[in-house]
Amino acid sequence: MEYVLIIISAIFVNNIVLNQFLGICPFLGVSKKISTAIGMTGAVTFVMVIATIVTYLIQKLVLDPFGIAYLQTISFILIIAALVQLVEIILKKVSPPLYQALGVFLPLITTNCAILGVAIMTIQKDFNLVEAVVFAASTAIGFGLALVTFAGIREQLDLMDIPKGMKGTPIALVVAGLLALAFMGFSGIV
Amino acid sequence: MNQWNNFSKGFFKENAVFTLLLGMCPTLGVTSSAINGLGMGLATAFVLTMSNIVIALIKDLIPDKVRIPSFIVVIATFVTIVEMLMQAYLPSLFESLGLFIPLIVVNCIVLGRAEAFASKNNAISSMLDGLGMGLGFAMALTILGTFREFLGSGKIFNMTIFPEDYGMLVFVLAPGAFIALGYLIAFINNMKKTA
Repeated sequence: MEYVLIIISAIFVNNIVLNQFLGICPFLGVSKKISTAIGMTGAVTFVMVIATIVTYLIQKLVLDPFGIAYLQTISFILIIAALVQLVEIILKKVSPPLYQALGVFLPLITTNCAILGVAIMTIQKDFNLVEAVVFAASTAIGFGLALVTFAGIREQLDLMDIPKGMKGTPIALVVAGLLALAFMGFSGIV
Repeated sequence: MNQWNNFSKGFFKENAVFTLLLGMCPTLGVTSSAINGLGMGLATAFVLTMSNIVIALIKDLIPDKVRIPSFIVVIATFVTIVEMLMQAYLPSLFESLGLFIPLIVVNCIVLGRAEAFASKNNAISSMLDGLGMGLGFAMALTILGTFREFLGSGKIFNMTIFPEDYGMLVFVLAPGAFIALGYLIAFINNMKKTA
C-alpha cells in the first residue's frame, strides 16, 4: 500500500515537471516531436534509477558515518556526472542499438536538475532503498508522461493559427500552464 | 566601453531568462513571491560571479579534457558556501527556497557562462560578465515574482495593494508560473521588434 501511494503521488499528484518545476529544460527543449520525447524519457528513467541507488548508498555508507553530510551537493553532482559517462561507455559496448536510441540525450542529462533533485529528495524524505528505487522510477514515469503529452500537443500546435507575438516559446509556456492546471485535478487523491 | 558592455549585456540584450531561456527551473519554481525571486536571483548572482572569477584565474591550469568536471567542482563549492551562509543567517528564506538552493549547481546559466566566457577571458571581464548576467537573472526573477504575487494575492513585497480575496490564486500555484512567464516573454519579444 505504501508503495502504491509513492507511485501515484510521484506520477500524478506531485508530478516532477508540472508541479515541482524540475527538469524544465528538457521539457521545453526536446518536446517538439513525440519520438525524441520518448527517447529522452528512456534515458532519464535509466539514469535516474541508477543515480538514486548510487547516491543513496554513498550518503548512507560514506557521508553519514564520517559526518560530512555538507559535502552532499558536491559529491552527488560529481557522482551523477561520472555515472552518465559510465553509462554511455557501457551502453556503447553492450547494446549499440540502445546507445543509438539514447546516445544523444545522455550528455544532456548531467545538467538535468530532475536527477540531482530526486537524489536529494530521496535523502530528505528518509526513504529506505526499496522505496527510493520505487520513487525514482515512478518520478521518471511522471516526467515521461508530462513530456510525451506535451510533445503531442506541440505537434498539433504547429498546424494552428497562433497570434504572431505568441509564436514559439510563449505559447508553449501557456500550454504547459494549462497542462499543469489539468494535473492539479489529481491533487487530493493521496 | 567594452567592459561596460560585458556588464550590461546580461540585463536586456542577452538576458538569460527572457532571451536565452536558460535557468528555467528556478525561474518557475521559486517566483511565487517577489522576495523569493530576489533571494534566489542574488544567490545565483553570487555563485555566478565567484565561479567566473575563480575559473578565469585557473583556466590555464586545467587540462582541456577534464574542464567540465573541474568547473562543476568550483561551482558546487560556492553553492555549498551559499547554502551554509543562508541556513545560518536567513533561515526563513532558506526554508522557502528549499531544494532549489543545491540545484544552483545544475543551473545551465552558471556552467554556460563558465564555458562560454570565463574559460576564454581574464578575471576582471569575467567578474563583470558574471555580475551582469547574475543581476540580470535576479531582475528577471524579481519581475516575474512581483507579477505573480500581485495577481495572485494582491501584494507586492508583502505590502497589500488590494485585498487578498480578489486575488487569482492560480498565479501563486504551479500553472500560473508557466502562464505568467509565457505572457511576459511574448511582451518582451514584441517590445524588441518595435524597438
